[in-house]
Amino acid sequence: MDFTEEQLKRYSRHIILPEVGGKGQKRILNARVLVVGAGGLGCPVGYYLAAAGVGTIGMVDNDSVELSNLQRQIAHSTRTIGVNKAESAKQTFEALNPDVSVIPIKDRLNSKNILDIIKDYDIVVDGTDNFPTRYLINDACVMTKKPLVSGAILRFEGQVTTILPGDGPCYRCLFEEPPPPGLVPSCQEAGVLGVLPGVIGALQATEVLKLILGKGKPLKGELLIYDALGANFRKVKIPKNEDCPVCGKEPRIRELVDYTEEYCSLT
Amino acid sequence: MNNNKMKVDKTLDIRGEICPYTLVKTKLAVEDIEVGQVLEVILDYPEAADSIPKAMLNYGNSVLKVEKINPKEWRIIIRKEVED
Repeated sequence: MDFTEEQLKRYSRHIILPEVGGKGQKRILNARVLVVGAGGLGCPVGYYLAAAGVGTIGMVDNDSVELSNLQRQIAHSTRTIGVNKAESAKQTFEALNPDVSVIPIKDRLNSKNILDIIKDYDIVVDGTDNFPTRYLINDACVMTKKPLVSGAILRFEGQVTTILPGDGPCYRCLFEEPPPPGLVPSCQEAGVLGVLPGVIGALQATEVLKLILGKGKPLKGELLIYDALGANFRKVKIPKNEDCPVCGKEPRIRELVDYTEEYCSLT
Repeated sequence: MNNNKMKVDKTLDIRGEICPYTLVKTKLAVEDIEVGQVLEVILDYPEAADSIPKAMLNYGNSVLKVEKINPKEWRIIIRKEVED
């Protein structure tokens, strides 16, 4: 495939990077990335991946855009209030870059549909706001050996890690089980600085592009934590748990689990 | 060395192109040749006559020659030294 004159211009700043070049840009154009959640994190992740030219972006979300989302969910707008978020993101990303095909998946992931949805993608990005889906995505990615770039935010703090199944720890190595419902507040209860998901989402998009390009050092085995008020980044090592229930030597979890809905009632 | 006898594997004519597309097209042309092969670039954008050789050295390639072939045109000879 040769670049069109328009693509040479659009991607010129990538092509002249030695780590990207024409070959790397073609890899990006051929990549397929699934972004779970078209909210605070999913919007900037998808936005930057679309700008970078990721050829196929799946956006999963079954919610509709609300006015209270617009303080941070930058793919949506006052005009798309009431529109499904995956659909709203598709309109924004495809307007930014016609090279990109956005597949809106207007569904909530569960143990029945997740494997069928992620099978079409090279990399999965977790931008969800609840523990049941976070654990479901982790387990499904471990079982199918899909790289997973996970992000989370609350108030003024966010965290990112990259999970490469078979090559480092997974989310359950860090926290074996989800916290009890109600223990960790949601953004709806506790608030979130609107720009925070922009920082964390941009870090997630960076990890995705590094994986696509095969360049740099992925953020595996480490949790990168950003404290906006203190203007600090710190890294915490995540040891691989040999007894991890899903990726350990003798996994006890061999089937996907749907945690109860009460986890989600607050999100 | 007699330039005319220098072995050239590929020629890229980017007369009419301006920065940064002069560099974008040269970079892509270098990706298309093998390590050890030689690319000849003909251009007429004055700044590129200076910036392309610098960029090519930064990428780890050799610049064998930068030559003004007439008042408005330059010829740059690059040998690819590293895999992309």
